[in-house]
Amino acid sequence: MDFSLDGYRVFAATGGVPFDSAKPSLILLHGAGMNHTVWALQARYLAHHGQNVLAVDLPGHGKSEGAAFSCVEEYAGWLLRFLDAANLKQAALAGHSLGALIALETAGKAPERILRLILLGVAARMAVHPDMLASAREGTNEVIRCMTSWCHARKHHFGGNRLPGMWMLGLAHHLIARSKPGVIFAGLSACNDYKGALDAAGRITCPTLLVLGDSDLMTPAKGGRELAGLIKNARAETIPGSGHMMMSEAPDATLDLMRGAF
Amino acid sequence: MADPKHIRFDTLALHAGQQPDSEHGSLAVPIYQTTSYVFKSTDHAASLFNLERAGHIYSRISNPTVSVLEERLSALEGGVGAVATASGQAALHLAIVTLMGSGGHIVASRALYGGSYNLLALTLPRFGITASFVDPRDANAFKSAIRPETRLIFAETVGNPNLEVLDIPQIAQVAHEAGLPLMIDATFTTPYLGQPIALGADIVMHSATKYLGGHGVAIGGILIDGGSFDWEAQAAKFPTLTEPYAGYHGLDFAEEFGPAAFIMRARAEGLRDFGASMSPTTAFHLLQGIETLPLRMARHIHNARQVVRFLETAPGVAWVNSPDLPEHPDHDRAQELYPKGSTAIVTFGIKGGRKAAATFIEKLKVFSHLANIGDAKSLAIHPASTTHQQMNAQALAAAGIGEDLIRLSVGLEDERDLVEDLAQALHAAAKGG
Repeated sequence: MDFSLDGYRVFAATGGVPFDSAKPSLILLHGAGMNHTVWALQARYLAHHGQNVLAVDLPGHGKSEGAAFSCVEEYAGWLLRFLDAANLKQAALAGHSLGALIALETAGKAPERILRLILLGVAARMAVHPDMLASAREGTNEVIRCMTSWCHARKHHFGGNRLPGMWMLGLAHHLIARSKPGVIFAGLSACNDYKGALDAAGRITCPTLLVLGDSDLMTPAKGGRELAGLIKNARAETIPGSGHMMMSEAPDATLDLMRGAF
Repeated sequence: MADPKHIRFDTLALHAGQQPDSEHGSLAVPIYQTTSYVFKSTDHAASLFNLERAGHIYSRISNPTVSVLEERLSALEGGVGAVATASGQAALHLAIVTLMGSGGHIVASRALYGGSYNLLALTLPRFGITASFVDPRDANAFKSAIRPETRLIFAETVGNPNLEVLDIPQIAQVAHEAGLPLMIDATFTTPYLGQPIALGADIVMHSATKYLGGHGVAIGGILIDGGSFDWEAQAAKFPTLTEPYAGYHGLDFAEEFGPAAFIMRARAEGLRDFGASMSPTTAFHLLQGIETLPLRMARHIHNARQVVRFLETAPGVAWVNSPDLPEHPDHDRAQELYPKGSTAIVTFGIKGGRKAAATFIEKLKVFSHLANIGDAKSLAIHPASTTHQQMNAQALAAAGIGEDLIRLSVGLEDERDLVEDLAQALHAAAKGG
């Protein structure tokens, strides 16, 4: 469904169930260079099991208009305005990678509005390889090749998708390749430059779940566990064999952990 | 630049799609000879049926052995996902009915496999889907044939049997400028020789019966989604992918699955309702073939080049057609698009027309006379009297299929035995039997 915010269209998938602001709401936030479809194997289930799901396309991503931001704090401000636009006083947030930093920053900024937090593939610092940043800045394909490779555990470079017939790396590659010019660089820059995680973590009051992959090269699980230690009411769960893209690499385990957070 | 260390083609041919069997450690892909799968709970069952969770329900729709094949070919072609079908014809049909209904129109190369031509020209019109056939070497002809109701451009990498090499980047540009997807039948080339998606195609299909399986033991097809076509940008043309579908409680495939919308719909609706699925045993046979695809294709190409070299100067041969030859109209394009070789199919004209062709075919000892290509064994056929016999004289002439044309599918035998076999059969044909 479409929302209007700051003069731009914002798209959010509802998991196949009509939006109902009276139900408990869950906002799903994707990572850099991606869009709402990364939640395909979680959003639909959660929407059909009591959650009012809004899997948003961040500005400039997917079907949302406007320019992508290159700063996590700016996204957090946007997200709070989005909650207003959706007429949601409070909501739970689940974010992956860049989306996790946005969720973290938002929950730190307005703890009274965030009921629960699920942070997937996250660490307090997300330094991005300089070659990736350079390629993203120049708009070459190397950044897509690097993201596709490093986002997946090595075992999943051989496949074994739970979704029959789907090639995980190809799907990630073609999803990222659809990004508009400048969007990947903006997203990676936002991750690379964000230094507010420790402050935000200290202000979070809601129950928080961190979902980590034990083979995550982008945000190693150790970093996620350290972040969990800084949040008052947090627990960290690690999925064996998963890399950074746990929503596609381990869709059932990820979904079950997310379900358990409610 | 950092090295992202992607697995390479030859390794993918052996491993892609397969995780070691956790129960028994089976190195070979297990054959899951089962129709159905036990649900963990009623909630699990309901969520599988509503595409809320991933998994297998019933082997008409998906099967773990077949899924390995699908993933492997997606990986080799650079796609996002695939659906394996009962045959190559089933793959072609599945693609068409996923994209359009009655009233749809296809612009197709006129140099198609006879079975594909029959489906498009003779059978689908009964169901309201029509096709226009154009010269595969003429990009303007593709463009001119596009109508408001056109929904697909379709051609083969290398035409059958005249071996026209399609300029995929150029035809992809024509298709995309018109807001249409380009589907390529890459049966002749296989992903080892070239990957149409990287050249601009949106959908790739194969008769896996041919080089992919490679041993002539299993009929199968594969449909691969390149993941690059923006269906939502052409939403009015493709409502099956961009509008809520009552068959899954209002599911909008493009919204839900993004780059995988086409292949998800093809499986969820096409296999469920049309049911032309592949058996797990067939998938196993095809996987055995794909493991050695790089080795076999290199040898096929080598042997084909030796056969071409022989035929060029052989008595009784009127002409030889191979993109490897500098005089072939598409030689430069073949070199550019398929640097490892463009095809192991060779056609030639035999002096003496239909009668000589019949004698030649009957005298072959190493080459087998049958209606197939891409087998490990060498094959020969006379298309005008077999694979393309449904075409009338006008259509045959338009497709460039003369009565003297012999098609060879060069196999993996010792190249000297192949040349000697051709020589003795040509000699017998020249003598009149």
